[in-house]
Amino acid sequence: MIEPLLRELAPQVLGAVVRRYRDFAAAEDAVQEALIAAAAQWPTDGLPDNPRGWLITVAVRRMTDHIRAEIARRRRESDTAEAATTQWPAIDDVPELGHADHDDTLVLLYMCCHPALTPSSAVALTLRAVGGLTTAEIANAYLVPESTMAQRISRAKAKVKGAGGRFEMPSAQERSARLSTVLHVIYLIFNEGYASSIGSDLVRTDLSHEAIRLARVVRTSLPREPEVAGLLALMLLTDARRAARTGPEGELIPLDEQNRGLWDHARISEGARLISSVFGSGPIGPYQVQAAIASLHDEAATVHATDWPQIAALYGALMTLEDNPMVALNHAIAVAMVDGPARGLALLADLERDARIANHYRLDAVLGHLCERAGDLPAAIAHFRRAASKTTSVPEQHYLRIKAARLAADRSD
Amino acid sequence: MKFMMMMHAPRAGWETHGIGTWPPEDIQNHIKFMKAFNAELKAAGEFVDAQGLALPDQARIVRARADRSPEVTDGPYPEAKEFLAGFWIIDVDSPERAYALAARASSAPGKGGEQMSIPIEVREVMSAPPTPE
Repeated sequence: MIEPLLRELAPQVLGAVVRRYRDFAAAEDAVQEALIAAAAQWPTDGLPDNPRGWLITVAVRRMTDHIRAEIARRRRESDTAEAATTQWPAIDDVPELGHADHDDTLVLLYMCCHPALTPSSAVALTLRAVGGLTTAEIANAYLVPESTMAQRISRAKAKVKGAGGRFEMPSAQERSARLSTVLHVIYLIFNEGYASSIGSDLVRTDLSHEAIRLARVVRTSLPREPEVAGLLALMLLTDARRAARTGPEGELIPLDEQNRGLWDHARISEGARLISSVFGSGPIGPYQVQAAIASLHDEAATVHATDWPQIAALYGALMTLEDNPMVALNHAIAVAMVDGPARGLALLADLERDARIANHYRLDAVLGHLCERAGDLPAAIAHFRRAASKTTSVPEQHYLRIKAARLAADRSD
Repeated sequence: MKFMMMMHAPRAGWETHGIGTWPPEDIQNHIKFMKAFNAELKAAGEFVDAQGLALPDQARIVRARADRSPEVTDGPYPEAKEFLAGFWIIDVDSPERAYALAARASSAPGKGGEQMSIPIEVREVMSAPPTPE
């Protein structure tokens, strides 16, 4: 399998080239061309003895073409000696092949998730420069034309350069804020793949796997950062439920109705082991708490065997870590499982006054479920219908419409 | 030639007669029909794009103020009898083929499995992005 190898080597090759030539934008283009050349040649010519060296050599050749063209351009534009005095490494100098340096990948991630970038730009640049995906693959996964994605990536590189982003480890003071941006970008990639994983939509499912792979790479470099382990565990424990969460027509199946036999038990035990090994070993962060919640869900044989008091307590802890009404919503669901729907509905009454979530379909969906459990079917139907009219996710809309329709049919029986 | 097929839904009666009020199996059959239709378009090499749109109560009309900043109002025009529920863009050999495909989409089953005969507006796509008439 050539593709996994290329994706693994991509950041190492880019690290070697960019360290030599400093010009991140051009080096990144050169590496992308080398990866595309390898994907075309290796399947017919066979794997080279030293794939990493092959990629570096081809990327360096592209880079020197670029430098020659750049020198010529500057000569044309100004008759000054500027071009001649620019310090570039000798063209025939191939960077030392040395050992794969995991810190290179981390430095690249910090660059691609530069705070000057918007989330969608950071995602695109990360997938290409660190993930080793081609522009076409990224465009496919995000359902935009390839030229749009190419432009987004080149503008992102220009923006990083303009903001003074350099290929070097951020300072110690900066590092923790930068790491949380990196983790956020990885989680965005995961969710894009997970939220849209409808039946056969494999291109997009691949985004979730890519996010998990990137988190593993970060963990290799930062084995003692509990939030890195927390994010990896959270994604493994969430992805484990993928096969059970949609029906044959792509309709959404909620957690309590899923066939737990379809869950991926290898992923569950890896995620659960990971989160229990780091939880409490250092500062607790939101990813660790969410992973702990996911592991309680995944390790329960049924929805009723779930440790809801513990989940309610963990959501309570999460609420103190971040002021997020979605977390409060999940907390209300867990409380309703422990103390009954009336308690949950009382908590939701507060949220209905919170402008950040009052108009969100999730609030109506949860109100629908709790009203149903409380036996108030007319209110439940109205909430499910309202939620269906607000969501922009088609599988979610189908689920909510059918849910309302079933309750309406039950009433008239 | 490319065509946009626009599916309109009546604005009045959406709350009382819209898809959200059908029995569950009718909703499922409708979804199944639309999925199969999209799969046929893809298999025939005629599919370009298809999207459902969020409901009109979430729609906004934007105009530039004198200083070019956006002026945002609720939209579309509340007096309109229908709203755009979604669209397809297809690439076909003739207008007749586009009409045939539009008729197929229009025949989707509704409540009780009855043919809906949804109005589908068929417009040829021009070769460049829009300019005002």
